[in-house]
Amino acid sequence: MPEPVIELELVSKEFPADPPVLAIDEISIDVRQGDYLAIVGPSGSGKSTLLNVLGLLDRPTSGSYRLDGTETTALRDGARTRLRGDRIGFVFQSFHLLAHRSVVENVMLAEVYGAHPRKNRRERALEALDRVGLSHRTGFTPDRLSGGERQRAAIARALMGGPSLLLCDEPTGNLDSRNTGAVLALFDDLRAQGLTIVVITHENEVSRRAGRRVRITDGVLSEDS
Amino acid sequence: MKIRDLWTEALAGLLARPVRAALTTLGTVLGITTLVVTLGVAATAGNQIVGRFDELVATAVTVEVPEQKNAPLVSWDAVSRVTRLRGVTSAAAVAETKDSANLSVRSNDLIDPTRVTAQTLSVLASTTDLPQAARGRMVSGRFFDAGHVRRQDRVAVIGDRAAKLLGVGSLKRAPAIFIGKHAYTVIGILGELRRERNLSMAVMIPPSTGRQFGLRDVTRVLINTSLGAADLVSRQAPTALSPGNQDLLQVIAPPSPIRARDKAQDDVNALFLILGLVSLVVGAVGIANVTLVTVMERVSEIGLRRSLGAARRHIAAQFLLESTLTGLTGGVIGASLGVVTVVAVSAAKQWTPLLDVRLALAAPLAGAVVGLLAGLYPALRAARMEPVDALR
Ligand SMILES: Nc1ncnc2c1ncn2[C@@H]1O[C@H](COP(=O)(O)OP(=O)(O)OP(=O)(O)O)[C@@H](O)[C@H]1O
Ligand SMILES: [Mg+2]
Repeated sequence: MPEPVIELELVSKEFPADPPVLAIDEISIDVRQGDYLAIVGPSGSGKSTLLNVLGLLDRPTSGSYRLDGTETTALRDGARTRLRGDRIGFVFQSFHLLAHRSVVENVMLAEVYGAHPRKNRRERALEALDRVGLSHRTGFTPDRLSGGERQRAAIARALMGGPSLLLCDEPTGNLDSRNTGAVLALFDDLRAQGLTIVVITHENEVSRRAGRRVRITDGVLSEDS
Repeated sequence: MKIRDLWTEALAGLLARPVRAALTTLGTVLGITTLVVTLGVAATAGNQIVGRFDELVATAVTVEVPEQKNAPLVSWDAVSRVTRLRGVTSAAAVAETKDSANLSVRSNDLIDPTRVTAQTLSVLASTTDLPQAARGRMVSGRFFDAGHVRRQDRVAVIGDRAAKLLGVGSLKRAPAIFIGKHAYTVIGILGELRRERNLSMAVMIPPSTGRQFGLRDVTRVLINTSLGAADLVSRQAPTALSPGNQDLLQVIAPPSPIRARDKAQDDVNALFLILGLVSLVVGAVGIANVTLVTVMERVSEIGLRRSLGAARRHIAAQFLLESTLTGLTGGVIGASLGVVTVVAVSAAKQWTPLLDVRLALAAPLAGAVVGLLAGLYPALRAARMEPVDALR
């Protein structure tokens, strides 16, 4: 059996409000290397909250979360930041590309923080762009790319530095069906290369492609048949 | 994060909005320019004035002796006591009255009876040190000495312009002049006067022969001091000249030219310095404002960077560097404009520009510090942002 990348045990996240919001409620799940997991659920069910916890952007209120075998909940901010930069690639619904930088510079940004050498950074970025099929657009600024190309550039950035986990929050939310198809095909490729992918989506087309589906309802996780 | 990467990111951040970045520097440019111009022009002008303020004015002390019915306030030999004062380089006593200032003087009309040679000149009696005291030179002949004075010789020294008017050129044949009906032998011509220039139109005679023109008592004492001694000498001279009556004498000390200049210039400088500092503060507020706006606009960029592994200090460092570079740019431009202005002003006034290299180097640094300080708060705000909130 492949190594576990994500090990969640009874993870809850409560937001202080009046009354407090229990956004995710004692979630336990393992994601192993090479898994392609889709998290589905209605709006407000806690999908993004779970993804933020998985991405070390937010701390759970209780429970334990091991990433690549490292218990993260007790780590200090700096260590979590380093772990995040090293192990996790994010793909956002709204791409988050820097408008004034070329595609390749946007991808190179992924190695600015952390202990990556400057040497050959551009080559590595070009390689990542090659993986997503954007070799012909490396010098473009994002505003001259189509939506699908933008998301592929963002995926190339997420792939820089060789993460163990790709975390995607509605990656096709801003794309038409043709571009959605291209991105999903890319995910299939990456998964075939052994990358671990977790995708939040409310689109059936996306969740169908994933090898594994879980449903979250009112913060409670259940396997989806 | 590598320093080079920090540079790249900060520069890219600035260059992403070049017009805004340029406008943001304006306040700093203005402030630094004002400061450099103020300090540069002050230094340059100060240098010129010091150069032009010849020692002459700064070392000339005059004591006016009011007329007294009975005993004279200052005797003729009192001058020697002044000469002995520390810091006095030369001194001479002079007697001059209203009447003696307009006497008819003729040259020897036997030489050229066809010429009208009568001139209205000022006649005064003086001690023997007058050429030095008036900072002049005997262009010809000699000044009368103690012997002439003692013997009550009828000798006169005339100013160079008076000599021209009277047609006295060569002294070889001992030309005579007539002051009223009294004949005097001209033994010298005094010229190149740098003090008491009106002596060039005067006839100077020994005090012992001046009584017939009402030149009895000392009316004025001219004192020259070494540089910096004028103050002290002008306080001590009255006592030396007229012990016990020193308060009756009127001392005209140099108007402490150095202090006067400094005062006037200090006021102007202070005003411009304040103006420059105010501009700098305004510039800093401008940078702070724009950086804050930029931070707010770039919230999602901050979130992205955090998701890519940027720590809070990396975010803070980038915004601090951006604002510091903004300030530095303003400083460099301001310093350049300032230097150019100082040189231009100097050229227009035909001054030698005097620019402290340290000032030219410190100005960009000051701009950078302004930018750094201005960036503190926005950078803190950016660093404090929670990545989850920034990415929302
Ligand atoms: N910072 C917060 N403070 C208080 N409540 C929060 C906060 N963030 C999220 N919530 C609440 O937690 C619940 C889960 O939110 P979450 O964003 O995870 O939903 P979601 O499943 O991603 O929804 P969507 O599909 O609309 O994006 C919601 O009810 C939301 O209002
Ligand atoms: Mg969501």
